[in-house]
Order: sequence, then structure tokens, then C-alpha cells
Amino acid sequence: MSLDLVVLQLFNGISLFTILLLMSIGLAIVFGLMGVINMAHGELMALGAYVTYLTSLAFERMFPSMMDIYIFFAVLFAFLATFAFGYLLERGFIRWFYNRPLDTLLATWGLSLVLQQTYRSIFGAQEVSVPLASWLSGAWQMSEGIELPLNRLFIVGLTVLVCAAVYFALYRTRWGLSVRAVMQNRAMSGAAGINTNRVDAVTFALGSGLAGIAGSVFTMIGSTNPGTGQLYIVDSFIVVVFGGVASLLGTGLSAFGIAQSQTTLEYLMSGSMAKVSILLLVILVLYLRPNGLFAAKVRT
Amino acid sequence: MGNFDRRGFVKAGGALAGTAVAASVLPRTAFGQQTVKLGLLHSLSGTIALAEASLVDAEKFAIEEINAAGGVMGHQIVPVIEDGASENPVFAEKARKLLQRDKVAAIIGCYTSASRKAVLPALNQAKGLLYYPTYYEGQELDKQVIYTSQEATQSVIAAIQWMAREKGKSFFLVGSDYIYPRTCNKIAKPTITSLGGKVLGEEYAPLGHTEFSSIITKIKAAKPDCIYSTVVGGSNVAFYKQLKAAGLDGEKQVLLSTVVSENEIDGIGKDNAVGYYACMGYFQSLKNPANERFIQAFHRKFGNDRVIGDPMECAYNSVHLWKAAVEKAGSFDVDKVIAASAGLEIDAPEGKVRVHDTNHHVWKKVRVGRARADGQFDIVWESDMMEPNPFPKLGA
Repeated sequence: MSLDLVVLQLFNGISLFTILLLMSIGLAIVFGLMGVINMAHGELMALGAYVTYLTSLAFERMFPSMMDIYIFFAVLFAFLATFAFGYLLERGFIRWFYNRPLDTLLATWGLSLVLQQTYRSIFGAQEVSVPLASWLSGAWQMSEGIELPLNRLFIVGLTVLVCAAVYFALYRTRWGLSVRAVMQNRAMSGAAGINTNRVDAVTFALGSGLAGIAGSVFTMIGSTNPGTGQLYIVDSFIVVVFGGVASLLGTGLSAFGIAQSQTTLEYLMSGSMAKVSILLLVILVLYLRPNGLFAAKVRT
Repeated sequence: MGNFDRRGFVKAGGALAGTAVAASVLPRTAFGQQTVKLGLLHSLSGTIALAEASLVDAEKFAIEEINAAGGVMGHQIVPVIEDGASENPVFAEKARKLLQRDKVAAIIGCYTSASRKAVLPALNQAKGLLYYPTYYEGQELDKQVIYTSQEATQSVIAAIQWMAREKGKSFFLVGSDYIYPRTCNKIAKPTITSLGGKVLGEEYAPLGHTEFSSIITKIKAAKPDCIYSTVVGGSNVAFYKQLKAAGLDGEKQVLLSTVVSENEIDGIGKDNAVGYYACMGYFQSLKNPANERFIQAFHRKFGNDRVIGDPMECAYNSVHLWKAAVEKAGSFDVDKVIAASAGLEIDAPEGKVRVHDTNHHVWKKVRVGRARADGQFDIVWESDMMEPNPFPKLGA
């Protein structure tokens, strides 16, 4: 294996890492922090992808001259739409299931089926695909044998931005402080005057909105069909559980570990075997550390 | 309701039953037209529906065409449409229903091999007849089934020979990880070796996979003359987009697929598929009078935007092959229709199609096309009539 290939594979790993991270960061908030097992999280990603598709159609019709930058608007719209949808979902549906994890599992799984069929009725069963802006479709020639696809670099950049924003929101704002307080001790936070219902709703909406961004970004590398969400949901849960529920840092490191080992293994063996090996590795680690790589130390 | 006594009830019931009987008998006696039922069994919902639902349109279209021309031996065809819902047990159950309750003369149906295998027991039990209109991996010969599309050897061998002759002799094989790609590659490898070529790599991605970066790295390292792809479904979008982003677009890299037809390109996105090749029995862009008539009539019914891919044309052919076999046999009896099918030839939109004398598959030509920016294919090569061989010697 030459140096070029090593660099390329490292980059592939980083690219997969950012994709896994985008995918799971919303779930890390909803599942990790709030403890809601949302099986419809993948369908929220699909919603973001479909919003992106609609945005691209709208730009094509109305402002064809701005097709080059529609992706920025699409990501924003995808976030806003899934954020709003998540807010309504929490107020009208999820909140009735708090502290009933098994019921949540079933109810949100049912919801995911309803959403899939809705997409199928609206958009048809066919795959839909969005055009890639011309400035994103090439590759950056780093040296003779190393070409880095621009759309992947774009995704890496966007992920850094999103993570910074999430970090800032959760650890540097008053709202973030109240979120963390509510997640640690609901009764005490309520007593201290925090409106816990509101915090729940906005936190869930934020998690959903992040899923929307992920869905929007995935249209750049794959396609969208009504079942797209199912592809991502398992990977997202694996990343979150492997990293340790309730630990955002754990989610990040677990995404990195899984991504690098997956791309390396994929190079050394076949794609299917790489997937099998990763799952075995995850099972082994969870056997030795049942709470994931980075279990939060909590006094009970 | 007080005076609605038993006698009144019997009377009313009798009258109802009378009208019902009259309704079912009347059209026949009034117009002197008899009917025959034909089952159409495909997934109209679920994951496979995106590939399969359009086959029903093609079949209904063929039935309408035949009915307008007087039907089959004076019988108007009545389609009985069932939804297999992308689930194999549902396929089995619906096939049983079509055969036992509806007593259909034949079924045109199934898309995946798994759904076909699920239908076989019911079919053999009821001595029914199935026309299977999708290209598949071969390795099967059921006496109750007529396979109307190309089996693997027909497209794979032709495709490999064409690539080795025109584009170069080193190959990289990429496929989704299930039976069709693995069988195709088992056929491809000895073919490549016998032509003096080299297989530089063989990779499989799990079904539905969207990360092809590692495979693409391997392709770039191997620098093959040709990529032979059997990646299916949504994965193709990711595969083509990522190839293009890595600089291996249709201008720079020869890639041929035996599964990407016009219908798939619709979903992949025309920009992403430009310049890549496909090997199929039928392309919409085929120039011949039969095809032009077919497309014109089809577009009149379904609108000008509808693209027609290979499986749709095979579905359309299936109905016509059944009609021709019934007329040759002079009977709707399944055994007689099957016997009459051997050696039967029809003029399809793709040209002549002939059922093999013994193995229930069809002789046909296959073509190699190159995808254009408008989602259609430029046909660059056409084979002679290829003999179907569902049980080739695999491996070496």
C-alpha cells in the first residue's frame, strides 16, 4: 500500500466519520440526553432530504441563476422544517410517553411506518436525487495520486460548524445550562424555576433539526427514497450506544473509531465482512463495558 | 321494519340474488363475448415497488391492446391485479388466491428471484402457469414457468465479450452482496480468462450501502480498463455520484452495468449516469417500426414523460407470448399452452423473441447502450440471437 493510498483511506475514514457524526448527533441529544428511543429518527432525516429535494426543485423553477448556492438554503430549510416538526411531535405525541421506554419504542416505530408511507404517497416510491452544484462536483488535486472529492470536504466543514454550534448552545448559553440541569435532575430543576416542559420540547426539536441537516447533507452523496431513514437509523444507534449514552464526547469518539476501522477493514476485506467485523467489535466492547466507551459518572 | 317477515326476507333475498346472477351472466349473453382471467402479481407497495410497479402498467397496456383487437380466441382478457407488497409470503398467498379462487388462466408476475421462488410451490400444486418478466441469475427451470427476460449468461457473456473487444482486457467487478451479482461474476470470471483478460478485483457492497469510498480507492489503485457493475437499487446513486466525485466519470472510465435501465437512471439522476454503459435486451431508443409504434401508443396512454426500461418491455412481451401460445394451442389449458410455447416466436418491440425448444427461457438479442444526458441510451452494439443457458458451467 503506497503513501497515496494511506492518505486517501485516512481521508475516507474522516469523511465517513463526519457522516456518522452528523447522523448520530441529533440522536445523541434525543436518546442520549433525553432518554427517548426515537425509532422515527431516520424518517426525520428523510424529511430533511425531501425538503432539500423540494428546495432544489423550487430553485430550478424560480431562481435558476442561484442553483449554485441552493444547498445553503436547503440545509437551512431542512433544519427549520424538521425543527418545527420535532417541536410539534414532542408536544403532541412524544411527551405522553415519557418514562415508558417500551411504549415509546413501539409508538415511534409505528410513527416511522406512517411517515414512510406518507413520503411514498407524496413523492412516489422512486428514488429522487438532487443535482450537485458544479463547484462541489469536482475533486481537489492535492498531489499526483491524491484527489479529495470536494463534496466530502464540504461535508467535513459543515460537520465542524454544526458541532461547534451544538457545543456552544449546550455549554455556553443559559438555555444549554437549563437543558443540562433538566436532564440531570428534573424535579430539582423544576423546583428551581425552570420550565421543564418547554426545555423538553425545544431539546427534542433541536435533535430533530440536526437529523434534518444530516438528511439534507446525505443527498449530496446518495439518493432519497421513502425507506432511506431505515438505512441510517441502525448505524446512528450503534454509534450512540457504543460511545456511551448521555455523553456527546463519547458519540464523537465512537463515530471516529467506527469510521476509521470500517474504512480500513473495507480496504482489507469485503464490504459485508467489514460490517460484520465492526458489529462483532461493538458487541465485544459492550460486553466488557456495558455502558459504552464513555459512561457518564453519575451519583445515584 | 315490523312487517319485514320471513317471507318478505326470502323474496327480497331472491330478488337480490336474481339480479346478481343476471349481472354476471348478462354481459356475456348480451354482447356474445366470453372472458378469460389473467393474474398480474407484482409489488405495488413496499421497497421493491419502485422497480416493480411500472411492470403492471406495461402488462395492462398489452391486455388493452389485445382486447381492442378482439381478445384471445374471442375471449376478452380480464386482468386480476394483486399486490405482493414486497414480501415473499404475501406473494405466495396471493398466487394461491389467484390460482384457486380466481382460477386465472396464467399469472404474469414477480420481480425478485426470492418472490418467484416463494410462488413456485403454489404454482406447482395448482398446476398453474407463471410468466416471469425480469432478468435474473438463471439456475432455475421450473416446468410451470416461462422466463421471458435474459438470464445471466445472455447479458453477462455478451457484455464481457464486447468490453474485452472494444475497451480493454483488465476488469474490476463490483456488485451488491446477494445472489444475482455473485452469480453474474461467477459467469464473468471464466469468460474474462478465456478471452485472455485479467480480473484485477472483485468487490461486494451490502445491499443498500451508500459508502463506496473504499471500493473506489481500490478501483483507482487497480486502474482497470473496464468496471463491470452489478450494484443494484439505491446504492447505484451513491456509487455513481462518488465515482464521479473521484474523477472516474463516464468520459474517463468504462463502466458497464447489467442492471441499470432507463427506469433506474430516472432515480440515479441523468447527470450522474452520463457516459456509462448498460447491457440489456431492450432500450427505449431502439429504432424499428414495432418499437416506435409501441412507444407512441404507450406514451398516448401514460404521458410522454414515462420512460420504458427493459423489464417493462419484457412484461409487455409476456402477455403477447401467452396470447400467441394460447392461440397456437387452441386452448387455455396450462399443459397445452406450455407445450405450444416451445419454439414459439413473436415480433416484440426489441425484435424477434423466441421461446427455447426445451428450457423455457427465450432466445433474444442483447444490446450495449451508452447513457446520454437525457437519460436515454445510444445503442453501440447489438448481438446475434443469444441462446438461453440457465445452467452454465460456473467457476474454473
